[in-house]
Amino acid sequence: MPTVSMTVNGKSVSAEVEPRTLLVQYLREHLGLTGTHVGCDTSQCGACVVHVNGESAKSCTILAMQVEGADVATIEGLADGDTLHPMQEAFRENHGLQCGFCTPGVVMSALDLVRTNADPSEREVREWLEGNLCRCTGYHNIVKSILAGAKAMQG
Amino acid sequence: MYNFNYQKATSRDDAISARSSADDGSYLAGGMTLIPTLKQRLAKPSDVIDLAAIDDLAGITDDGGAITIGAMTTHAAVANSDVVASKIPALAALAGHIGDPQVRNRGTIGGSIANNDPAADYPAGCVGLNATIITNKREISADDFFTDLFETVLEDGELITAVSFPVADKAAYAKFPNPASRYAIVGVMVAQTGGETRAAVTGASQSGVYRAADIEAALGDGLDAAAAKAVKVSADGLNSDIHASAEYRAHLISIMASRAATAAG
Ligand SMILES: Cc1cc2nc3c(=O)[nH]c(=O)nc-3n(C[C@H](O)[C@H](O)[C@H](O)COP(=O)(O)OP(=O)(O)OC[C@H]3O[C@@H](n4cnc5c(N)ncnc54)[C@H](O)[C@@H]3O)c2cc1C
Ligand code: FES
Ligand code: FES
Repeated sequence: MPTVSMTVNGKSVSAEVEPRTLLVQYLREHLGLTGTHVGCDTSQCGACVVHVNGESAKSCTILAMQVEGADVATIEGLADGDTLHPMQEAFRENHGLQCGFCTPGVVMSALDLVRTNADPSEREVREWLEGNLCRCTGYHNIVKSILAGAKAMQG
Repeated sequence: MYNFNYQKATSRDDAISARSSADDGSYLAGGMTLIPTLKQRLAKPSDVIDLAAIDDLAGITDDGGAITIGAMTTHAAVANSDVVASKIPALAALAGHIGDPQVRNRGTIGGSIANNDPAADYPAGCVGLNATIITNKREISADDFFTDLFETVLEDGELITAVSFPVADKAAYAKFPNPASRYAIVGVMVAQTGGETRAAVTGASQSGVYRAADIEAALGDGLDAAAAKAVKVSADGLNSDIHASAEYRAHLISIMASRAATAAG
């Protein structure tokens, strides 16, 4: 089996994998990082969104081998010890989740929006969330959380 | 997913030779179509040859009268490109409305046109803007490139390297997206380049992208939106599925064409 090496949340990791191993499988099953979820089989729900070299991507639709040498960030890498990342804190403050299944993907997706658009409008947030499905919230509080998180990140 | 050998090609030649020596090889670009297909076991390649490490396949160049987009350029890169936005804004807008941000971060123009999904956006962009598809072997006019549903004139192992788009005088793309996938239920690229008016339709026909002669005649030299809207498009040969009937798609073709004509100004 080939070996794949990458950085995940700042740590170098390396493992033998079958070429068909998806990045999400590698994260969850090899590294035990189960914060990244799988909500569909059709690349549509966004529960699996992580960052690859800083950009949001669906880890269910990338082979682990494709990210050889890349810098991967998952939801587990956001908090600083017990202190939540401002975007996570905004979700808690604004009731941005109910069951929480979609939340890790939504938060990672939101951080990619804020990376290029520090002060997004409500409309821009809603359009950006095209790739994230939530079965619980009706999106309203997710949008509110992201707007609040973006403000908090501006400091 | 069935297992396969994975190879990361380091150059165009490396990719082409890996593909020709494989029993049943498949190029991998952004994986936004190929990986879902593999997951559903709808394809069983012996070898997957990743094009991502080939530096000279990605990037956008301004050739004056045309812009050339490397096959591995992502939809996000096209959507956010200043060159595309200033020379052919319709193309930047088209790329910016493909799927969702994560699909746009990975999906590529080469993968999209090689796949020729009948509801994909780029085929309409290529035909409407009279693009040329450049491969390792030849240059192919978009009019000849797309042949049928998921079919192109690409030969086995032929590698798309770039797509060249002449700068249009006026152009706009209007899409009525499927609300779940964002693929086009009907999408129309209306463009005028060097005195020629084109209207390329995706999402509607049972045989994929096509030029709508009746709409083009109605648009004329002045891109007459009202005349395009008045065209009664026949439902014969149009796709009918759970998302829309053939009659509904027929109606949408004239509506989307007129919206595109208005936007193109
Ligand atoms: C949720 C979702 C929503 C989407 N919505 C839309 C939408 O609204 N509109 C739209 O147009 N598309 C949409 N797509 C498809 C998306 O645009 C894909 O990126 C695209 O169809 C395939 O590009 P890719 O780079 O991912 O190719 P891949 O999946 O890697 O490859 C696709 C095929 O092309 C071949 N190939 C790739 N590159 C080359 C090359 N250079 N030369 C020869 N053959 C090549 C591969 O071998 C494979 O057969 C969507 C996809 C998803 C998952
Ligand atoms: S698990 Fe649904 S998009 Fe990845
Ligand atoms: S909170 Fe339950 S799916 Fe979004």
